[in-house]
Amino acid sequence: MTATDRPGPPLWLLAELTYRCPLHCAFCYNPVDFARTSAEDELDTEAWLRVLNEARALGSVQCGFSGGEPLVRDDLEVLVAEAHRLGYYTNLLTSGVGLTEDRAEALKRAGLDHIQLSFQDTTKELNDFLSHTRTFDLKQKVAHTIKANGWPMVMNCVIHRLNIDHIGEIIEMAVALGAEYLELANNQYYSWALLNRDQLLPSREQLERAERITNEYRAKLGDKLRIFFVVPDYYETRPKKCMNGWGNVFLTVTPDGTALPCHTAKMLPGLAFPNVREMSVGEIWYDSEGFNRYRGDGWMSDTCKTCPDKEKDLGGCRCQAFMLAGDAAAPDPVCDKSPAHQVVLDAVARAQQPGAVTTAPLVFRDPKASRQIAP
Amino acid sequence: MNADANPRLSSHFRMQWEDAQQAWVLLYPEGMVKLNASAAEILKRCDGSRDVPALVADLETAFDATGLEPDVRAFLDMARQQQWVA
Ligand code: SF4
Ligand code: SF4
Repeated sequence: MTATDRPGPPLWLLAELTYRCPLHCAFCYNPVDFARTSAEDELDTEAWLRVLNEARALGSVQCGFSGGEPLVRDDLEVLVAEAHRLGYYTNLLTSGVGLTEDRAEALKRAGLDHIQLSFQDTTKELNDFLSHTRTFDLKQKVAHTIKANGWPMVMNCVIHRLNIDHIGEIIEMAVALGAEYLELANNQYYSWALLNRDQLLPSREQLERAERITNEYRAKLGDKLRIFFVVPDYYETRPKKCMNGWGNVFLTVTPDGTALPCHTAKMLPGLAFPNVREMSVGEIWYDSEGFNRYRGDGWMSDTCKTCPDKEKDLGGCRCQAFMLAGDAAAPDPVCDKSPAHQVVLDAVARAQQPGAVTTAPLVFRDPKASRQIAP
Repeated sequence: MNADANPRLSSHFRMQWEDAQQAWVLLYPEGMVKLNASAAEILKRCDGSRDVPALVADLETAFDATGLEPDVRAFLDMARQQQWVA
């Protein structure tokens, strides 16, 4: 980066309030070593209030509260109220566990603008299986509470090999619950989902069928339900423009106060990411090494630096490059120009086998598994 | 939908001035649109209190201009399609 391209403000602030979560999703995007952050390590209310104020002063305007399960924090209402007062558009990303009618009303009074309700599947059995808990009746109750409070009804469902064949039922369910937006987000293979990749990556046939069915519903439902279908990037030949550019618009603050350009970036070796306990959000965004490292194109390998498409995707995802090519500055291996593209092709080839791809058990996200993987 | 119904910004969108961007923005679940000056002037007037001819008249007075109607209608068509305006 040259001194003249000072980045714009961190328009998007993602506050990961806690890693505590009652669910155990096999595709969880939290780091596999999340259990190293205990409840005592979490930022307290005052520290979060300071982060909200500092980021807003820089120009942050979208604020997401996520986790873990953000409803585990009993100061959520206080934080939402402050964010609202400061002029943020406030989003709560939740599985719905803990969203009682009382809390929903308190959040409404605090000024919460939007709730994104995530769910795993429409089939209770499969849902309970995937999250290891019986939470589905609850999701239906929560959906009604959301509607009753006048929030837009936005649902998110992570799609993968084990539920993709139920895509029609998932859409039907969203309609029945009164959803206005439905995001069918194909699993991205980071963290827990990477551990479980062979079990979760759908086959091409499954994917094509799911897209076809989604399009049929789009034609039938029109504006009543807007459906977003996110394809898994493993099936692409060009990578995604990850986070819309490193340190470009997104700022994530993890439960212990570490500031990241993306919620998975902590895995990258040799990068010191600053903590909001020690640095102001402004210094973090504009001056820290962690945020400046992959801005611009100075860091790129020659494959990307000389590529005519580099403005389109900025070389893709740094975490994916590190995970699959062993080098965070390499082209994202999803790209067919990447020397490591074969890794992606191999995973995709394995996914074409019918039925269960491996007999290895799914690893469910829980503190015990986390401590085993990362003691 | 009646193109002459009083246009009103949808309750799922919020419009506000952002100092850091020196622009009016439209905020919605997990998203944001930065508005140019004329879009902002039109949307500010989409409060359900006036129909399209009154909205055009108001803009023409405020900016001492004439013949804005086609542009305003084209913008409102797009805004309705995006569900910004009902
Ligand atoms: S993905 Fe599942 S386990 Fe992970 S934080 Fe979200 S609800 Fe909890
Ligand atoms: S070579 Fe690099 S910049 Fe070019 S398309 Fe591939 S990842 Fe993107």
